[in-house]
Amino acid sequence: MSLLSVGNLSLSIHGAPILSGVSFEIAPGETFGLVGESGSGKSMTALALMGLLPQGAVASGSAEFLGQDLLALPERALTRLRGNEIGMIFQEPMTALNPMKTIGDQVAETLLVHRAAARGAARDIAREKLARVGLAEDRFPLTLYPHELSGGQRQRVAIAMAIALRPRLLIADEPTTALDVTTQAQILDLLKGLTDEEDMALLLITHDLAVVAGRTTHTAVMQAGRIVEQGETEPLFRTRAHDYTRRLFAASDHRPARAAQTRPEPLLTVENATRDYLLPRPSAFAPHPVLRAVDGVSLTLHRGESLGLVGESGCGKSTLTRAILGLDPLQGGAIRLGGAEVTAGHTMPAGLRARMQVVFQDPYGSFNPRHRVERLVAEPFHLTGTPPDARDRVAAALEEVGLQAADRRKFIHEFSGGQRQRIAIARALIIRPDLIVLDEAVSALDVRVRAQVLDLLARLQESHGLAYLFISHDLSVVRSITDRVLVMKSGRIVEEGATEAVFAAPRHPYTRTLVAATPTIPARWKEPAHAD
Amino acid sequence: MRLSLLLGLALSATALIAAAISLVWTPYDVTALAIADKLKPPSAAHWLGTDHFGRDIGSMLMAGAQTSIAVALVAVGIGMGLGVPLGLLAAARRGSLADEVIMRGNDLVFAFPSLVIAILITAVFGPSALNAILAIGIFNIPVFARVTRGSALSLWTLDFIRAAEVAGKGRARISAEHILPNIANHLIVQGTIQFSLGILAEAGLSYVGLGAQPPTPSWGRMLAEAQTMVTLAPHVAIFPGLAIVLTVLGLNLMGDGLRDHLDPRLRRAA
Repeated sequence: MSLLSVGNLSLSIHGAPILSGVSFEIAPGETFGLVGESGSGKSMTALALMGLLPQGAVASGSAEFLGQDLLALPERALTRLRGNEIGMIFQEPMTALNPMKTIGDQVAETLLVHRAAARGAARDIAREKLARVGLAEDRFPLTLYPHELSGGQRQRVAIAMAIALRPRLLIADEPTTALDVTTQAQILDLLKGLTDEEDMALLLITHDLAVVAGRTTHTAVMQAGRIVEQGETEPLFRTRAHDYTRRLFAASDHRPARAAQTRPEPLLTVENATRDYLLPRPSAFAPHPVLRAVDGVSLTLHRGESLGLVGESGCGKSTLTRAILGLDPLQGGAIRLGGAEVTAGHTMPAGLRARMQVVFQDPYGSFNPRHRVERLVAEPFHLTGTPPDARDRVAAALEEVGLQAADRRKFIHEFSGGQRQRIAIARALIIRPDLIVLDEAVSALDVRVRAQVLDLLARLQESHGLAYLFISHDLSVVRSITDRVLVMKSGRIVEEGATEAVFAAPRHPYTRTLVAATPTIPARWKEPAHAD
Repeated sequence: MRLSLLLGLALSATALIAAAISLVWTPYDVTALAIADKLKPPSAAHWLGTDHFGRDIGSMLMAGAQTSIAVALVAVGIGMGLGVPLGLLAAARRGSLADEVIMRGNDLVFAFPSLVIAILITAVFGPSALNAILAIGIFNIPVFARVTRGSALSLWTLDFIRAAEVAGKGRARISAEHILPNIANHLIVQGTIQFSLGILAEAGLSYVGLGAQPPTPSWGRMLAEAQTMVTLAPHVAIFPGLAIVLTVLGLNLMGDGLRDHLDPRLRRAA
């Protein structure tokens, strides 16, 4: 007897088909993974089950839950189910909570809305649920506000709200995508524990095969609004019957072919760099407290080398990057690029700036939406003076990153996320720098696009002798593209060494935690089931 | 395009066209007196009737539109011309002394009731259209400075600004090249709203005798002069009042409609 049985679910929004013929079943207490790339329809499937579809959406098919068809229920009946029998948690913990209410009130509210408990009893249940998700009373009283919690702690509050009424089904839509890797592991463990102990089924929606691999019993793979393959997780991973599953699988731990081409000559040296921020005064006449974001960091990057910088959010890697790019001044130490000192702002000579460029994480915020690609890519010519053949060079750069010369007349909104990152790389390449800083440059991309962009980066490094400083929180990506890696924590470099050596045998306890927390597909699953 | 935007555009265009035509032609001379024809109700000869000096009200409204629009336009120009660069500067140097000085100066101007200061200025320098323009214009500066700084600040956090910095561009250049084009919608909308407020302010100042001086026709003064005769000849007050209301309404509708029209997110929801 299944808890949820989705049959032939189809959905269109304003006539555009979103889902077609989606069918799957979830048994009570089961963990079911729904995997797919962005736009595959996995979130829309969840919203259809909750009856939270956007305007203009038309759904057909059936979704039997506890003997009722969710698609046929009127709104009043659905509100009774939501939060009561079906709980949901979302990707972004920063916006999922009301900043004006205490965490205790927010968890209790779920109970009060469903008249499940009187006010006093609701607070007791809230206390108990918050303790259950790991927010113990002594450190996390009910009177805390969301801004006093970290991202992972907020996600725990969101989970406490979702499980307050002991729902039979919990839908988690990318619950850990916005979190650091160690926090991700804790939240995933928490969800797993909850399903085991509370007899609750979990529908885990994610883009990350590795997240599904360790934690679900059944998995469905979605592509373009269809489920292309589903079954028990381990056999599905081992056989990879469908072509799309195979391609996703290959892309998820793709390693571009690259030969080490490091030359012993140092290109970038950072010596004892220190960067302080002044925090707001605690009282009117008190001195500003100081936050030391980067604390005596030293590193060397050689010509043609690919150096990784790994760390979780708040470890100071972005601050260090800004200093290296000459955007912020240092309070102590020095940064040298090819022997010349990097200084902040307009005091840095254009010739020196022209030796390094940057690619950012967000493919949407990286470009002025009002300029054409031609002008966007040509922007760094500001440093060198526009050459007479600027047009041809823009066209050549676009072709080099796998786009067409004709694309230079288009606006940025006409491109996908992956194409935009290619344009960002073209912009960085156009003045032939020695060093490109890649600040989470592939983190926002789908796995298959990410694999292509990594290949492109490896190819360009070889043909131009580029050095990369690759900054990321994603260990598997860093592992695939760097020669050497630095691990940063609380403003300091805690471990440094050849990439493979560091990941295979981490010495520092923090590095060990990071490596252990990174979700991976078990190595034995990677071998084909039928040995031929 | 929404109905409200169309209506706003039509009303605003009517006032603008009337003002433009009055530059070269009005049905009657607005300075010529014809006491014999005073306080005539609307008729075939005088569509909107005549005032207590026998002047044609339709002609005076057309010429008055010219005054209102000129005053409001120049006042918005002053506000934008000074407020936008100040706002851009404050955003580019966020947290610096310049930012503090500009924004606290803004607060200072905001803290005064604008009409009272306008009355003060015209009382000190003498009532005239020029002083009315200056008074209204000065109070537009902080409005534009604030809108500019607010929208510019959110843009400064985006990566394409970082890319421009890495390309060695200075803050002034980034402000002009990347910030200004991306906040232009906000400024256009705010401009329309300030324009309508300018028309109201001019009418108010002229009503108390501190705006345009006779014989320059002005909607506000027409209302003031009609006040004593409202019971005798209501049309003398009604038509200038309607002109003010409809023009301001039109500009406000246009401002609202433009905001929705220029913002792609709101346009899709429509």
